Parts: sequence; C-alpha cells; structure tokens
Amino acid sequence: MRTIDTLIHDAPIFQGMSQEALELVSGCASNVRFGDGEMLFREGDEAHVFYVVRHGRVALDMFVPARGPVTIETVDPGEVIGWSWLFPPYRWHFDAKALGLVRATKFDAACLRQKCEADTAFGYDLMGRFAQVMIERLQWTRLRLLDLYGNGR
Amino acid sequence: MATVAEPLDLGAMVPRPFSVARRKRETSDTWTLELEPVEGEPLDVAPGQFTMLYAFGIGEVPISVSGAAGGPLVHTVRDVGAVTSAICSSRPGTVLGVRGPFGNAWPVEPATGADVVIVAGGIGLAPLRPAAYHVLANRDAYGEVAVLYGSRTPADLLYARELERWRSRFDLQVDVTVDRALDGWRGKVGVVPKLIASARFDPDNAVAMVVGPEIMMRFVGEALLESGIPADRVYVSMERNMRCGLGHCGHCQLGPTLICRDGPVYRWDEIQPLMEVREL
Repeated sequence: MRTIDTLIHDAPIFQGMSQEALELVSGCASNVRFGDGEMLFREGDEAHVFYVVRHGRVALDMFVPARGPVTIETVDPGEVIGWSWLFPPYRWHFDAKALGLVRATKFDAACLRQKCEADTAFGYDLMGRFAQVMIERLQWTRLRLLDLYGNGR
Repeated sequence: MATVAEPLDLGAMVPRPFSVARRKRETSDTWTLELEPVEGEPLDVAPGQFTMLYAFGIGEVPISVSGAAGGPLVHTVRDVGAVTSAICSSRPGTVLGVRGPFGNAWPVEPATGADVVIVAGGIGLAPLRPAAYHVLANRDAYGEVAVLYGSRTPADLLYARELERWRSRFDLQVDVTVDRALDGWRGKVGVVPKLIASARFDPDNAVAMVVGPEIMMRFVGEALLESGIPADRVYVSMERNMRCGLGHCGHCQLGPTLICRDGPVYRWDEIQPLMEVREL
C-alpha cells in the first residue's frame, strides 16, 4: 500500500519539491473518498481545503438559473482542485461533484497557510506551483472563450 | 521572348456526376453523404485528400474525404453557407458534381512501426477518419494508437457511435472532451490540448496528425512538442478557400505555398512559421 508521502511525492504539482517541503505538505494531508454524485464542496462554502485527485473524475459545476448545473471543467487523476483557499475571502466559486468513485488527497488550508507564513521560501515555492496551475487553467479558459468549434453564425 | 504557358488539364476542372446513395445526420448541422459515380470507376482516394463538391447551380466547395480508402466516396459536411446547405440537404438520388481527389495524404505509410497520435477538434475528425481507418485496418503495423477528440458540446460530437465502438477496443486509446456540458455528461470537459498529457505514446517514436480550427492546432502543436514529439513528426491539415484544386487560381495561397497543390497536409516545422504571420 502506498503511503500518503509517496502519493504526495508522485503528484505532478509537487514534482521536484525538496524533501523538507514535501514533509511540510504531507503534515497537512489526508486521504479521502467520495461516492458517485457526492459533493466535494459547494459554491459559497468556506474554502478550507484543496484536493489532488488520485482516482476518478470530478466535475466543477456552476448553477445557472433556468438551465441547472453547467459543467465548466472536469478534473482527472493527478490534477488539483481548488485555489480559493489561497486568498480571502476563502470561498468556493463553484460546486465540485464526484462523477463515480473518487479518491483524493485532501490538504488542510489553514495548516498550509500557517506553514507558508512561517517559512516564506516554502510559501513562495507553493505559490509558484499554484500560479502555474492557475495560468494553465486561465489559458485553457481563454481558448474556450473563442468558441473554436462554433460555425461562426 | 515570351513563353507560352502549358495548356491546362481541363479534365480536372470538369465535375463528374455522383449520386447521393446514403445520407446520415451526424449533428444538428452536420451530415455524412455517401456518393457513388453515376457512371465509370469510383475515385481512388488517399487518406487526407479532398474533393471539390459541386451543388449544381449553386456553387462548389472543397470537402475532405471522410471514408475509408478503397470504399465508397464519403464526405461529412457542415451546413455553414449556401453551398454546404444545398449539399447537406441532398437526399438519396440527388446528383452532385465531384472534382478530384486533390491534395496530398496523411503519412500513414511512413508512420508504420510508430505510435500514432490523432488529435481532432470539431469537424476536424472527418479528414482524420480515413487515417484512423487505415491504422485500424493495419493495426499490427503500428504501436500505441491514440485518438484525442474535442467538440463544443456532447451533442456536437461527430461519429458518436463509432467513437463508442473504438473506445471499447483494447488496442486503441480514445479520449474525448467537450467545451461545455450540462448535468448528465460524465466525460471530460476541457480543451483538446489537455488530453495529450494523459495519452500513452513514445514521443521518440510517434507521429501526430492534427486537424481542427487553426488556433486549436497552434495550441495542440505546442502541446505535442512539449510532450517530446519532434516538429517534423507532427502533421496538420490546413484549410483555406480552395477554388481550382490544382494550384492555378491562387485562392488558397498561404505565403509561398498553395494549399490545394502542396497540402492540405503539412509538417508542423514547415507550416508553423507561416501560421504566425498575421498578414497571411
């Protein structure tokens, strides 16, 4: 069986991180499991965690009145869910729902924020990693704004 | 001394009558037509080639062949204007004009022995389908094979049943994503380039074939290069306003190249610099 340290070491977002930093991260982590349709969190809830998906798929939804939930992105194994824990007001901006069985590693935000403040080099490293994820998602979102496959009508 | 131009081969400018044998609706605005010659031999088409399809009295458009080489002439057409609208509404028995086939082919033969990564966006799956058919018909001749496909919504996916069949094969990776979905869709939501990271292939021995909107191909090209596939093993199919199909009229000129004559399939290292020139 793989330990949580190994799971964190293998997660792409933590790749190349020093052993000391990995230990700091793993001190705030625990493994969780969600059944099909179970919510990881809801829009407006306090963002006190983030996840790295290990197995399964998570849909990030926004509820649109008269249309219902619209999936804006799905997150697959190896990917990160959530950066609302990084900045005030620490609230989720969308729903996250398990599509089938999901296994993930959960990270306690308050625990990590505290470690970031105490060790700014660690905080800078972690912020840089999340900035990379955010930039990538922003780029993909911009690409989708172009409505690439529309017929131009 | 003035030189005299070679006389044009007018035969290639005259459409041959083909009758619509079958018509199948793929999505709300896209149809697949199977055509058979009214008389004479069927066309000999290589994967990646296109024909000029003529709706008599309305106009002519370039359409990629979407069926298997050696089979009937199959075109998948999206209704986006007067000519394509007329073609899409052609019921069995309607006669259309066909010129061609024109253009070069996907490198399915040179790719023998390599892993194959097929990346399509929107209706771009149509011109790649003949390449996929070839690879699947000669499956043992290739390594890993991945078909990565993105569309606007689940309802816009082309060849949905065929994709399902392909997905059930153990010797083929099929990964599909859509730009947006309502509740109930259990597949991926996101952009096509993102699929490349999770596909299995050996970048040192892989050939990639890509079709989609040009901006998508730019991002996919970058992602393929990032994955380690060399630029001279990434191929894209370009779309421009082709008219004659023979390289005479110049409508499809892209800098120094005429897409109908030199393309539509290009190596990434040859075409990518031209894609960056805004004036083109």
